[in-house]
Amino acid sequence: MKKALVILLSVLIVLSFVGCANDKEVLNVYNWGEYIDMAVIDMFEDETGIKVNYNTFTTNEDMYVKLSKGRVSYDVVFPSDYMIQRMIEEDMLQKINMVNVPNYLKVDDVHKNLPYDPNNEYSVPYLWGTVGILYNTTMVSDTVDSWDILWNEKYSQKIFMQDSQRDSMMVALIKLGYSQNTTDQAQIDEAMNLLIEQKPLVLGYLVDEVKDKMVQGEGALAVVWSGEAVDAMSMNEDLAYVIPKEGSNRWVDGMVIPKNAKNVSAAEKFINFMLRDDIMLMNANETGYSITSQSAIDQLDDEWKSNLAAFPTEEMLSRCSVFEYNADATVMYNKAWTEVTAH
Amino acid sequence: MSKRRFSFPYLIWMSIFIVVPLLLIIFYAFTDNSSGKTVFTLEHLKAIFEPLYLKVIGRSLYMSLIATVVCFILGYPAAMILASKDFAKKSTMLILIVLPMWMNFLLRTYSWLSLLENEGLINRFLTSIGFEQVQLMYNNFAVVLGMVYNFLPFMILPIYSVLVKIDKSVIEAAKDLGANSAKVFGRVIFPLSIPGVISGITMTFMPALSTFVISRLLSGGKITLIGNIIEQQFTITGDWGLGSALSLLLMVLIFVSMIFINKYGDESVGAGGLL
Repeated sequence: MKKALVILLSVLIVLSFVGCANDKEVLNVYNWGEYIDMAVIDMFEDETGIKVNYNTFTTNEDMYVKLSKGRVSYDVVFPSDYMIQRMIEEDMLQKINMVNVPNYLKVDDVHKNLPYDPNNEYSVPYLWGTVGILYNTTMVSDTVDSWDILWNEKYSQKIFMQDSQRDSMMVALIKLGYSQNTTDQAQIDEAMNLLIEQKPLVLGYLVDEVKDKMVQGEGALAVVWSGEAVDAMSMNEDLAYVIPKEGSNRWVDGMVIPKNAKNVSAAEKFINFMLRDDIMLMNANETGYSITSQSAIDQLDDEWKSNLAAFPTEEMLSRCSVFEYNADATVMYNKAWTEVTAH
Repeated sequence: MSKRRFSFPYLIWMSIFIVVPLLLIIFYAFTDNSSGKTVFTLEHLKAIFEPLYLKVIGRSLYMSLIATVVCFILGYPAAMILASKDFAKKSTMLILIVLPMWMNFLLRTYSWLSLLENEGLINRFLTSIGFEQVQLMYNNFAVVLGMVYNFLPFMILPIYSVLVKIDKSVIEAAKDLGANSAKVFGRVIFPLSIPGVISGITMTFMPALSTFVISRLLSGGKITLIGNIIEQQFTITGDWGLGSALSLLLMVLIFVSMIFINKYGDESVGAGGLL
């Protein structure tokens, strides 16, 4: 027994030395779960000889807490718009040298100069989408074009909301006619009360499970992200997606390089690689979310290109705006959302 | 050879994985570093007494109490059946009780989802034989059911282990002296099994009080227990101070309830038990 232990230990020690001796270049990537075609990573490793350590997170907040409180160092991270803004404000990101990311020129203008990074210095967009209502046409008889339907008692216990504070608060704020980025305590309270009032009608507050549940026919209406909707609609023909007329949220997940990144040049190579048309198409196929370059979009099949959930019209997009970060308001949103969930 | 040398590895283990984390929780609960440097504060402790959190704590206590009572009502007879000498299938039943614990707890809770959902197996069966669909999930019932299902073995096993150790001659003596079976149970068996009952109650009540997975999954995120609020502070809002203060409160609650039931237990005679 003891002998076996000694052998095992010596093997482990030798192995760890082998690991050290192999000084292959390493890139640490931190992305959302199920948000890439893993073959892309293999291709990058083959083409550049850089080894990729790939890790995933579930929410922006989760990622932020790990990055700011932990002692981890990543070279490329994929936060969303308002989180990018927060990380810029808190001096957690470094400027990206776009000279080393030539493919950035292919990114469509509609994804540039957005309020979270007005001069495009710190982030490069990866995938984007909208928030809207996914509904089952066999269960909903009214026209779905407004957030109001989520407060209609006819659909009591048939409604799924997002278990995500900014998204659910956004729905209530826009229904009330306020900005989704409001920093006014009274407006936030009003939205909070509206969500508490809605709670008896809601079947559940979900994030990842909502897609499967809608495909099964568990609920009639759900607030979802567009990529989930595209995926769900391809699995169940009765489902449809709409961006309500009052407006909605449009979001972008970007690629950024943290201040404490160890391998900036590999990070730039990786970001540039992710913007290549063939890579974008692979990721679009895998995730169902929308890509950022017209030259790649042109290569998608017609059905997909014309899918309004994946690629909304300019008129639809003009009704949407992106989340912005405000430190004081975040405290208010946290508090309001806790009130809603705890009610 | 002194016993001390043997206990050394355990001491290291306990200090690294139990004492240090506990101290960290206390540290975070009483400090604030939002301004960049760490200062002592009572703000977090004050915050946990807001009505919002008190309401959630009340709800958690209420639901875990119900789950514990149900576990006891179901678990005690089961333990008695297991402990009875003339029960031939004893080992099979024991294995059947323990077997689910070999599977991952999350997986077991997820499988309840596919049973209870509106479009789940039970409802599909009901509608196929002509009944109305019933909403089994997304409510208090489902959460308590999940707690009972997951923690029932922790009630049965300690009671069982005390019951089998009861000296049969004591029971025979009671019978010889003219006690009927109700009296034997009420005056002899039950009092002797109290230590097992206490361990059982503690081992079901504690995890039920602090759970956040069961409530999240089976209520569809609609019912928030104190465990969910604590988890939220650590993963979403990043307010570790408040999260630690709430954890501390939870520990105090559990500690107080343990003192309470242990005191009650001490008054009755008996040996065994896990606490």
